[in-house]
Amino acid sequence: MIGYRHMDEPKKPGVDRRSFLTGAATGAAAALIAQQTSIAAAQTATTAEPDVQASGGGRPASDFMVDIFKSLDMEYMFSMCASSFMGIHESVLNYAGNKSPQSITCTHEEISVAMANGYAKIEGKPVLVCAHATVGAQHATMALYDAWADRVPIYLVLGNTNDAVDRQGEVFWLHSAQDPCALVRDFTKWDDNPASLTHFAESAVRAYKIAMTPPMGPVAIVVDEEMQHEVTPSDARIPTLNVPTPPAADSGAVKEIAKLLVAAENPVILASRAARTPAGLALMVELAETLQAGVVDSRRRLNFPTRHPLNGGSLGQADVVLALEGGDIANVARQARQRNAKVISITAQHLFQRSNYQDFQRYAEVDMSIAADAEASLPALIEEIRRLTTDSQREAFRQRGARVAEANKRALEQARVDASHGWDASPVSTARLSMELWAQLKNEDWSYVTGWVNWPLRLWDFTQYHQFIGRAGAEGVGYHAPASVGAALANKKHGRISVSIQPDGDLMVAPGALWTAAKYQVPILIVMQNNRAYHQEVMWFQRAALMRKRSLERTQDGFGLGDPNIDFAKLAASMGVGSSGPISDPNELSAAIRRGIDVVKRGEPYLIDVVTQPR
Amino acid sequence: MKQLLAASALLSLALGTAAQSARTDRAAIANGESAFMRVGCFTCHGTVGHGGAAPRLAPNTLPLPGFTTWVRNGTPGWTPASGMPAFPVSVLSDADLADVRAYLASLPAPPPVAEIPLLAP
Repeated sequence: MIGYRHMDEPKKPGVDRRSFLTGAATGAAAALIAQQTSIAAAQTATTAEPDVQASGGGRPASDFMVDIFKSLDMEYMFSMCASSFMGIHESVLNYAGNKSPQSITCTHEEISVAMANGYAKIEGKPVLVCAHATVGAQHATMALYDAWADRVPIYLVLGNTNDAVDRQGEVFWLHSAQDPCALVRDFTKWDDNPASLTHFAESAVRAYKIAMTPPMGPVAIVVDEEMQHEVTPSDARIPTLNVPTPPAADSGAVKEIAKLLVAAENPVILASRAARTPAGLALMVELAETLQAGVVDSRRRLNFPTRHPLNGGSLGQADVVLALEGGDIANVARQARQRNAKVISITAQHLFQRSNYQDFQRYAEVDMSIAADAEASLPALIEEIRRLTTDSQREAFRQRGARVAEANKRALEQARVDASHGWDASPVSTARLSMELWAQLKNEDWSYVTGWVNWPLRLWDFTQYHQFIGRAGAEGVGYHAPASVGAALANKKHGRISVSIQPDGDLMVAPGALWTAAKYQVPILIVMQNNRAYHQEVMWFQRAALMRKRSLERTQDGFGLGDPNIDFAKLAASMGVGSSGPISDPNELSAAIRRGIDVVKRGEPYLIDVVTQPR
Repeated sequence: MKQLLAASALLSLALGTAAQSARTDRAAIANGESAFMRVGCFTCHGTVGHGGAAPRLAPNTLPLPGFTTWVRNGTPGWTPASGMPAFPVSVLSDADLADVRAYLASLPAPPPVAEIPLLAP
């Protein structure tokens, strides 16, 4: 191991750029603690005196950094260990006693970030992720892009040796960058490379604030490897966190939207990430019931209860569409124009966009475009709708709601009929798998921590926000396994049973998530959707080959995951996760699921390998 | 006696033809299932034609002329990104196409929803 400079070993004159060693540091810890007690309640200091002071009499800067993370209520630190943030890691383990944040070892930086994604979607706040600024960030990028496209706050700290003089050998140079965040700047909201500890403190708090301000998103801060081993200056303090109030639609816009909605004959609400919080879900119900309008939920979050009578609507028949944080609405707007319907869009996406990656979708020609957070805009909008609605309109609304409810009731009945087809098929139909799960989950406190299979959303009774967290924001493969483990870790303290329907191809990207689940006793039931191929791409290949009138005989050579078949039960077992399968007979599912839920209730993960139909 | 022999011969011929026909049906269905899997129909429609990424094909499978038209032409305007692709004869012969249809038509209807407790409201 290449030696670090010890804290009692000052840099050579002319080399030290930070001058942190000036003055005696004997009173630094006490002074710092005194300062911490004065910060806002949200940042109440929870740190203890370090058991061992640094030999130079000072307090490691990384201890102070951990104090900052504590003040931001970071519950965990997800990381694949690396020398460039070793100071922080040591402080987490020895100074903080491995509590708040608790170090969670991940086997790949993509897993670290995707776990943080799942965690944030359950908890509504970020968790600390640390990685090498070079080789670690390079691993983390796809998961970061998923989070970026999904408006999920990720708090990424990247270790880097900024000063060339401090790079002690070849590997240091290989693992250093001049501008580490350049790699992730296209899909992060903000980044910084602080030059001093005071700068780091401000940027660390600022990063949290930016990540949590809608539209939420990932942030990245570089932490200099050497800075972590410096002495905390006596005047170091943690800035007070103040997260801004989310931007809401202005009163004029609210009045105009309400007027259009109240006058509409068939308004439909289109929701993508409209509900950011459980309160947002409740507001969505209030809005729909006030208008008696159907809700089309594009399932990036749980925006509406699935069995609510107003869950569902016909966008093609709407005369006014209210799109809330609405993804790809260009087609909706184009079709609406053709029938002289109006489209109103409320989204915070307009407040922050990057240009390179095209997640902003095609330009939507809407009639009203409001740059505001949808959830924050709903209370005033609901109030204004109520104020404008006359008694006769209320009766018309009631009749409209009854029509929508009847149509949705028929859709649910049709979903049951659809599910019955292939019911006894082997490989197991995804509908059968979903309903076998539901039969044993419905009386538990559950959370569906992946969004791959659509059947649960058609047939399960989702009523609470934590029961559904959407899917990969950028549809990157390799999200589901780690994100579901991260979400399940967040659910653990709430006593919920987390369950995922896990695609096989996705698990093979990041199977190490299973080991993390086992090591930290993450209670999650993972049910494989093992269709033994990358079937999404199979369909593309078929169309491409047939467009050229060429053979389909080699499909399995390019897209199959069989021959040899992957034994996911053994894979899980090899990492300490209880498991069973492979199961191809649907009649064997019930007993396996019962066994799995029993294990999860004991606080451990369990995997059932189910060989399924392609979709 | 001659008449009896003639009747017996006719009966044997009839039984033989029926047996041959049954064998042919079974062979057609087996070959149809094999072709259904080989050219990847199951990817979108499920191994028993129950539907998935694409619509259900069984039961109530289209009659052969309509079925053939659909398979040979695909969805109007299909592209490598979406729609049902057209299957040319070079990929799926007329005989195999007919057998695929025979396979789908042979599949039983699912039990009524009311008889599946897990699908109860």
